Amino acid sequence: MLQSIVHVCLAGLSAGMFIWLVASGLTLIFGVLRVLNFAHGSFYMLGAYFCYTFLRFMGENFWLGLLVGPLCVCAAGFAMERFFLRYVYHLALPYQLLLTFAFVLLFDDLVKIFWGAGSIGSPAAPGLSGSISVLGRNFPVYSLFIIGVGPLIAVAMWVFLERTWLGCIIRAASSDREMASAIGVRVPALYTGVFMFGTWLGAIGGGLAVPYVGLLTPGMGETIIIDAFVVAVIGGMGSLKGAFLGALVIGLLSSFGTRFIPTFDMFLTFILMAVILVWRPQGLFGEST
Amino acid sequence: MVHRYLTYGLYGAMAAVLIGIGLFSGRFMLYMTMKVMILAIFAMGYNLLLGRTGLLSFGHAAFYAAGAYGLGLVSLHLSSHPLLGIFAGLAAAFVMALVIGFFCVRHTEIYFAMLTLAFGMMVFSLIWNLRSITGGDDGLVGIMRAPLDLGFFSIPLRKANHYYFFVLFFFLLSIFLIHRIRQSSFGLILAGIHENDRRIEFAGISLRNYRLAAFVISGVFAGLAGTLGTLLESNTAPFSAHWSYSAQPVLVSLIGGIHTFAGPMVGGLIFIVLREIIERFTHNWMLWFGIILLVIIMGFRGGVVGALSGFAKQKKTASTEI
Repeated sequence: MLQSIVHVCLAGLSAGMFIWLVASGLTLIFGVLRVLNFAHGSFYMLGAYFCYTFLRFMGENFWLGLLVGPLCVCAAGFAMERFFLRYVYHLALPYQLLLTFAFVLLFDDLVKIFWGAGSIGSPAAPGLSGSISVLGRNFPVYSLFIIGVGPLIAVAMWVFLERTWLGCIIRAASSDREMASAIGVRVPALYTGVFMFGTWLGAIGGGLAVPYVGLLTPGMGETIIIDAFVVAVIGGMGSLKGAFLGALVIGLLSSFGTRFIPTFDMFLTFILMAVILVWRPQGLFGEST
Repeated sequence: MVHRYLTYGLYGAMAAVLIGIGLFSGRFMLYMTMKVMILAIFAMGYNLLLGRTGLLSFGHAAFYAAGAYGLGLVSLHLSSHPLLGIFAGLAAAFVMALVIGFFCVRHTEIYFAMLTLAFGMMVFSLIWNLRSITGGDDGLVGIMRAPLDLGFFSIPLRKANHYYFFVLFFFLLSIFLIHRIRQSSFGLILAGIHENDRRIEFAGISLRNYRLAAFVISGVFAGLAGTLGTLLESNTAPFSAHWSYSAQPVLVSLIGGIHTFAGPMVGGLIFIVLREIIERFTHNWMLWFGIILLVIIMGFRGGVVGALSGFAKQKKTASTEI
């Protein structure tokens, strides 16, 4: 029993870390730009596909693919912010959301055109394949690696945002755009930068997912973006700490749900999201407005 | 004044064309026209919420599915009388919209959108997982189009050209009802909420109740579209409750123009026809819709109807100036 619970916990943690990687970029973008980006799941998907392609081209080197792939996705993020999103900040919410939704449609079909509509089998990560014994049952090494990487990125982001000059400027622009631009921050450029950084985070999540998911499919972004929304909402939209804890909660909840009440595991996630939205719309760690 | 007669003339012409299609065209044309009308009902009801009240819902697929599964379950287990099925579907959509709306209208803007998304996906997960009731990923299959039994006589609906007039009746009824709702003092208050909700609140009007009423009405029309769509296809699809399906009425309203009455209808026509044409040439219709959506949001936020009526108005002012 203990063995089974530990394994369900580990599986939940590793699933939660993937959601965190996607949700971190989503939350950062929402916190600064105030735009909820439906296309963020597409960046995750693009990250996975680009990593896969580069790793194929560069002699099956997974780590090189992970380095180069997300940078290409960053370019897509740059184009999206610089040429489209920038012109809708002043518009009503439906237009902003639908603009990002238009990119979901675009990216999904572009992936189908370039990589085919079927699913692609993905290789294992070198050095991290196989599994080790945890309490007498095998657990994939790569999942343990992911459980380590998630908190690492969380700490790195915390240091970057709280302890560096650039992070300080980002926080300033996030809390008051006009004031920041009045004291000389180039807000439009900063927005582009933050959007690209968020894109990179989503794409890294996708790249790291390549050995984990086993199959790359053109719709893989649409499922994770909803989980990331749930996490962003539960934690409080714009709060990175909330997104991290929310991702842990959702990862564990769906892992335990799948194990013990498989009929209602998806239902549990959404009822938690709805209850928190009704009861505390600013989320568990968001500031009330 | 001229503008009003022109509008009436256009609606008369539309009704005449629709009746003509029903009398003289082949099965494919009938099927496509029915799809347009059903989508138009869905979008018109939805636009009461989006364009009129200013609330963006990402969960209306749930009400479409409520109508579809309500009709499907009644027709498979109880009686296949179409009116009874439609009534059941509408009742299911009504109850569901009332319950979901009760929680959702507490918030606006992004929180409202996220709440409707959460509830919509909740409904989807139930439909997907409760296999014994809903058929899971297969949906409900084999729903018959039984004759419309009105007591002293009955009208067969099995053939496409008979069922067509059944759909046409509900389409025209929906146009009439939604027009009346928009023009009523209730509809004007909804527009007022969109313009300036604080002022409406100062006038002593309960924002929450009016938003809830708009939510429920649009949910019921989504349910009606769901019942008609199910009778047309004779099965239900679980993905009709998925959030990506909720984006469809938003897309349709936006293409047509969310601030006009005819927008969602025109948008529905464009959506179905364009999708059909694009699918003849390529499988990638989403790519093209993405591009169209981008163009509309970046440049033509009034939609097609908004752009056309804006053009007409411009022409009129130009001619009076001369």
